[in-house]
Parts: sequence; structure tokens; C-alpha cells
Amino acid sequence: MKEPLIFEYSLPGRRGPTHAPDTMDAMDGLPADALRDELSGLPEVSELQTVRHFTRLSQQNFSIDTHFYPLGSCTMKYNPRVCNRVAMMPSFINRHPLGPEEHGQGFLHCMFELQDMLKAVTGMTEISLTPMAGAQGEFAGVAMIRAYHLARGDTERRQIIVPDAAHGTNPATATMCGCEVVEIPTMADGDVDIEALRGVLGPQTAGIMLTNPSTLGVFERKIETIAALVHEAGGLLYYDGANLNAILGRALPGDMGFDVIHINLHKTFSTPHGGGGPGSGVVGVNERLQPYLPVPIVGRREIKHGNDQYIWLTGKERPQSIGRLSAFMGNAGILLRAWVYMRLLGARGMLRVSEYATLNANYLMARLVQAGFQAAYPERRASHEFIISLKDIARETSVNTMDFAKALLDRGFHAPTTYFPMLVPECLLIEPTETETMQELDAFVDAMVEIRDLALRDPEEVKKAPLSTPVRRLDDVRAARQLDLAWPGR
Amino acid sequence: MNGIPENLRYSENHEWVREEDDGTVVIGVTDHAQQALGELVFVELPESGQDIPEGDAFAVVESVKAASDVYAPLGGKVLAVNEALADAPELINSSPYEDGWLVRLQPAAPTQAEQLMDSGAYQQMLAESGA
Repeated sequence: MKEPLIFEYSLPGRRGPTHAPDTMDAMDGLPADALRDELSGLPEVSELQTVRHFTRLSQQNFSIDTHFYPLGSCTMKYNPRVCNRVAMMPSFINRHPLGPEEHGQGFLHCMFELQDMLKAVTGMTEISLTPMAGAQGEFAGVAMIRAYHLARGDTERRQIIVPDAAHGTNPATATMCGCEVVEIPTMADGDVDIEALRGVLGPQTAGIMLTNPSTLGVFERKIETIAALVHEAGGLLYYDGANLNAILGRALPGDMGFDVIHINLHKTFSTPHGGGGPGSGVVGVNERLQPYLPVPIVGRREIKHGNDQYIWLTGKERPQSIGRLSAFMGNAGILLRAWVYMRLLGARGMLRVSEYATLNANYLMARLVQAGFQAAYPERRASHEFIISLKDIARETSVNTMDFAKALLDRGFHAPTTYFPMLVPECLLIEPTETETMQELDAFVDAMVEIRDLALRDPEEVKKAPLSTPVRRLDDVRAARQLDLAWPGR
Repeated sequence: MNGIPENLRYSENHEWVREEDDGTVVIGVTDHAQQALGELVFVELPESGQDIPEGDAFAVVESVKAASDVYAPLGGKVLAVNEALADAPELINSSPYEDGWLVRLQPAAPTQAEQLMDSGAYQQMLAESGA
């Protein structure tokens, strides 16, 4: 059933009264030019209409809470409910961000521990929790690289090297930080082309941004050589944490030679993901970049014969910091959820995350290959995700990757990532994560086989998919060519 | 795939170059490129008069799948851009070698186009890459 826009429920004059006691005084005395001439254009609906509208929309969602969601390059794993429960305890959510440090010692203690645990699983020297999302974490990371070079008077280092398999955010980040992007190719086996890297390194090199394992779903085996070459040329190494789930606690980016890392807590540490956030793009650095970390950071002051005291370290203690990234210290509620998750799992649990994430990916890849699907890197072991190419089926039957993706929806599976990375034609990037059962993985293989059989028998039938979703196949070309994004009003 | 025009030159990045009698060249993307991109929704072109070095990204073509840079198969000064693409980027899909052209250049050096592939070599490259 199609759900109308909330504006279409609107009737002039209808109101939804607030049910909380009104403790605010009326705002009198505002200057005339600050007052509205007309209503804001919000929908005029009742509380019950609003509840029903958004409940119905939520029921139409394909989400990790309702369906298998194997979206590659974007770890979509289950968020344990207990993380929400603990993070929503009144003593946490009623803490005022401007309250004095001594009134928030419990919260600060948790954040200090979170910094420590993240140091342990990444091998970095210090962590700042403040970036509000992955994009801001990336920005902070490259801004620190720039600050490092500038502080040394090394003003000509403006080039950031990015492999062609990288997330699109990497070149975007480098550009936003005033750097120039240099792309290098990937070899047929999925590793970075070392000769091409050598060719672009020089006194203009600010650094390289790498995702390891890469978005091709394979571990970069030459990482030590890459680190040595880039450092030799005077550049720094940036680790994009998108795929940290694969190596959690087993291989530390700090040991690989990375100088700075951003971590998507909403991917690896099981805080809510998607729908625009709130996210968290925590950054970690080694000693080289420590002075430039964004503030505030939680510090600990040792007190004799008493409890240690947790304090905010700000620009006062860190004069070389790249500064603040938000009004306070990041998405506090999200950071708390990550803290609960890590405390629940403990150090051994962290290892089991990467163990099962990679086991599930390799099992699923092996089953799909057994069923006749074509792995993009068949000779490589998958990390936590892998790519299959539907190129041959598409040529044979005209049923392409997008048709498979839509047909999967009808069978109760969110589509994996489609057509990314762009190096591999007609590809699906599949990441099952550690939180799925073997039965679920088997059911996914069955669905893929069923779609392929149907494609061979009756390709037009597959192209009709999806049949069972609230809306059928959308005209995304028309939507992009004729932008229509605002409610025109009545 | 059929119909790779024989009168054009081709780059490894799937651009085509047409040499005109007056010494200018016209550049576009190949049928293979438009098929791989899918239906185009937006095209960003350079300004007339701009100098483009060989190998530089001079245009962006965006489809519902992805945005891709278009690299200059040869360097030169932009004499004209295909204004029709602003309202009808789909011309690249429907007519990649004719109505969907991107830019007209005055080449920086006269014989640059000869270093590019001819239609036979391009066809062979596509065949080898399994396209």
C-alpha cells in the first residue's frame, strides 16, 4: 500500500498539542523583522496521524532488524539492544554537555575507557572521539596531515594519493582539505600497483589514503612496502576504517605503519548505521600527529590517595590542535553505545568479531562459487566481504546486476552493494558480517540460484522485479534528470 | 557490440577523437563507455577557451550508477562544447559518436591523434578485456 506524503494529510488549522507541561514563558519583545509573516509550511496533522504515518513508513523499511542486509563496503551488522538500553540510562541522557567535569565523571570515565580500548584495537597512540561522522573523521585525518607538513615548513606537500579502488569519499576529503588527488591503479590480483606508486611519490606527496582490506574485499599484502615507500618520500599514511571489521584486533593499522586512522563506530562498533546518522568517525594517530588531534579529548589527572579525575583536554593543553569539530565532543550517545559494545565483548570478543566476519564471508563466497557464480578474485581469500561478477549471465540473458538486486528484494534480502567498485563490471560486493547464521547465508545462496535459473528460463520475468515491495521499480533516471525535491505547498 | 566507426581514433579510457578537415578535433565517449555507465543524467563540460593538457580530466559524466571523469586523449584549446548536453545528457546514450559529442579542440600539436588506437586496435582491446 502506498503511503501518502505527510503533507497530503494536512488540513488548515489542525493542531497536535504538546502533552508536556509548558514551562517556557512566551517570547515577547522580539523585533518585528524576526517574526514570521506566515506559517512555516509544516504539515497540519494530528498526533495520531503522525504516529501512524511514520509507523507505516518504518514498517516498509528494509533494515537489518527485519532482513539480511549484506551491503559490501559498509558493514551493516546487528546492533545489540542492550547498547541502547545502557546508553539511554537517565544518568547518561540527562547529563548536560556544559556541566562541570566533576558532575560528569561517570560519563568521562566511559569515554576515557573507550579511547583506551580503541587504541588497543588499532595500535594507535592517541584517540579523539569528536568527529561526528565518517566524512568528518576523514576530514580531520587529512587536516592533521596538512597541519603536520605545514608545521614543519613543508608547504609544497599538497598531493594525496588514492588507489582507484578507494571509496569516493577519499578523493572528496583530500579536495576539501585543499589537496590535489593523484589516482593510482590496482593490479589484477587486487593489490596496489607498487610501480605506479613509486612513479607518483615525491616532494609534493602529502600522503596516501588506503582502505585495508580494500573495497575489493582483499587484504593489501604489500602494505609494509607501501608504508616504507611513502614514509621515505616524506608522506604520511591514512587508514580508512571502513573495513576494520575484517581485521579487528588481529592486524593493527598502527603496526602496518599508518600515521592516522578514522574508525566508523557505526560500522565496526555496532552503533546505528544509515538513515543519515548520527554517526561517529573517531580518529586515531601515532606520536607524529598527536599534537594535531582535534579537541576536546578526555584526559586523566592522577590524584594521590583518591580517585583519579577525568578532565577535558582542550586547545589550552593542545595548542597545535586542528581545533574543534563540533560544539561539544561528538555524538555522545553513539560513543556510549560503542563503549557498551566493546565492554560486553571484551578483548577476546573483538577477535571473534573478525573471525566470524571473515568466516561468514569466505563460506558465502565458496558456496556461491560452488553454485557457479564467478568470484572477481577467485585466487584470493576474501576478507569480510567479496565480489562476484554477473558479467557472463548479463551477456547471456540480458538480466544484469540491477535486475538481480531487485529480484533479491522479492526474496527477502536487501541487495548487496551493486556496481561498486567500478573496476569490476556487473559486480555485487557482498558483506554478510559476523551476526548472520549459516541458515541465513544458505538461504541467500538459494535465492541467487533461483534468480539465475529464472533469468535463463524467462529473463523478462526477472526484469519485472520487485513485485512485492511497497513501490515497484522506480524511474531513477527521470528522478535524477528532473529534480523535484520540495513540497510545493497548497 | 557492433559499429565502432572506422574514421575515429580511440583512447584506452574509451574516448573517441574525430579529426576534422580544418585541423580541429572533436572528442566524445565511445558506445562501450556509455553502455558501461548506463543512462546519463548530468554532464559537466569545460569552458570555451580553456587549455586542456593531455591526460587531464576535462569533463564529468554522471549516470545513475556513478560519476566518472573523462580524460583528454590529447591536449589543446577548447573551441566549443556541446551545449545540447546540458538539457539532454541522454544524447550520449542514444548517439555517442554523433549528437553526443563533448568538445571541439584546437590540438596543441598537429599529429597527436595518430598516437591513439584505430578502430581495429580498439575493437581488439575491448575483446581482450572481455567486453
